[in-house]
Amino acid sequence: MRDVLELGPVGAVAPFQLPVPGIEVDELAIRRSLREQIAKLESELASLFCSAYPRKGFDWEVGSRRGPRLLSLVELEELRDELAAKLQHNRRVLGDKTYTEEMYRARIEEMILEPEKHKWERVTNADLGETGCKNWHVRPRFGVIGMLMNWWRVKISSGCPLAKGPRPPLPEQ
Amino acid sequence: MIDELDLQHGWVAGELAAEFPQLRLVHARVEVQPGKSPRSVKERLRFLSDRFTGSKAVAMRQQPIPQAYRVFFRHVGLDPDLQRTPIEGIALERMRAGHFKSRNIVDDALLIATLETSVPVYAFDAARLEGEPGLRLSHPGESLGGPHGRPLPRGQVVIADESRSLAILFADVAEGHGVLPSSEEMVLVAVQVKGVPDVSVEEALWCAADILQEAP
Repeated sequence: MRDVLELGPVGAVAPFQLPVPGIEVDELAIRRSLREQIAKLESELASLFCSAYPRKGFDWEVGSRRGPRLLSLVELEELRDELAAKLQHNRRVLGDKTYTEEMYRARIEEMILEPEKHKWERVTNADLGETGCKNWHVRPRFGVIGMLMNWWRVKISSGCPLAKGPRPPLPEQ
Repeated sequence: MIDELDLQHGWVAGELAAEFPQLRLVHARVEVQPGKSPRSVKERLRFLSDRFTGSKAVAMRQQPIPQAYRVFFRHVGLDPDLQRTPIEGIALERMRAGHFKSRNIVDDALLIATLETSVPVYAFDAARLEGEPGLRLSHPGESLGGPHGRPLPRGQVVIADESRSLAILFADVAEGHGVLPSSEEMVLVAVQVKGVPDVSVEEALWCAADILQEAP
C-alpha cells in the first residue's frame, strides 16, 4: 500500500479519475469548492468554541494530516466530513449542556422561593457553565436551631479560595 | 523610526500558486545587531502582556486574520488545535507563563510584530541565503537546510531559497539558517494567506524592522 505522502496532490482521487465520456471534470473547481466548505466549517467551529467557553467536555481536534502539504481530493473530502461531524457533535453537546444549565437556573429560583423544600442542595457556577467559585447553597438559619425550627435560606458564596492558602502566621518576635 | 524598507514579493512555486492563488511570501532585508533587547522593547513587551487577557485569547479565533491562518492550516493538513497558528501559540504561551518573556532583540521583534498584526514573521540570516526566498513543495529525498539536515517527506510546503529549503512552513527553521549572534543582515519573511490584507503583512514587517532599529 502506498504511503499517503507518496501520493501527489491529486494522487488518491479514484472517483474523479474515472474518465466519463463527454464529461470533463474541473478538478481545480472541486478543490476550490471543498476548501470553501472547509473554511465555512472552520468559521462555524470557531464561533461554537467561543460560545462553548468556558464549558468543558468538548473535543475540538480533527486530527492532523501530516502537513503542511497539498491534500488530495479524498483527503479534502474526509477533512470536510470530519469537520462537519465535529461541528454537529459539539453543537449537540452544547445544546445538552445549555439545557442542563437552564434546569439548574430554574432550580436556583425554586431554592430561593422555597428553601425548605431543597435542604442542603447546592448549585455551583460550574453547573451553570460559568467560571468562578460562586455557589448557591441551602442552609439552615442559625445552624442547629434553624434545622430544628425549619428555618432555611439560600446562602450565596462568591469567593474563590485564596491561591496561596490562608495567610501564614506572623514570625515570632 | 525606520525610514525605508524595501518590501519584495518572493516566488511561489506553480503547484502551490495554482492551489492557493492568494498565498504570498513578502520579505525585506534588514541590518541587525543581535543581542539583548533594549529597555524600551522590554517595556513594550510588558505593556502588551498587561493588555493581553484570557478573553482576548479565547475570542482570537473569531478575528479575521487569525481565522484566515486557521483556515489555511486546515487546507494544508494541519490541525490548528494541535499545532497552533503562530499568533495562537503566542497567546497560549502568554496564558501559560503569565507574561511575554524577553529573549533577545530578534525574537522580541518577531513576537511583537506577530502579536500586533497576527501575521507570522520569520527571520533568516541573509548571509546564508542564496537568491530570493519563496514557497514550494519539498522534492523527493530532500533534507531540511541541505544534505545534512532532517529528511523531509515529499510534498511538504517549505520556505526555500534557490538552492535549499530553509524552513517547514509554520514549523521548524533549518539549523544554521536562523539569525545567529554573528549575523549582520537578516531577511524578514511574512507569509500571507487568503483573507489577510496586504496592509497587515506590510505592517508586520515594518513593525519588526522598526523594533530591530532600536538595537543598541
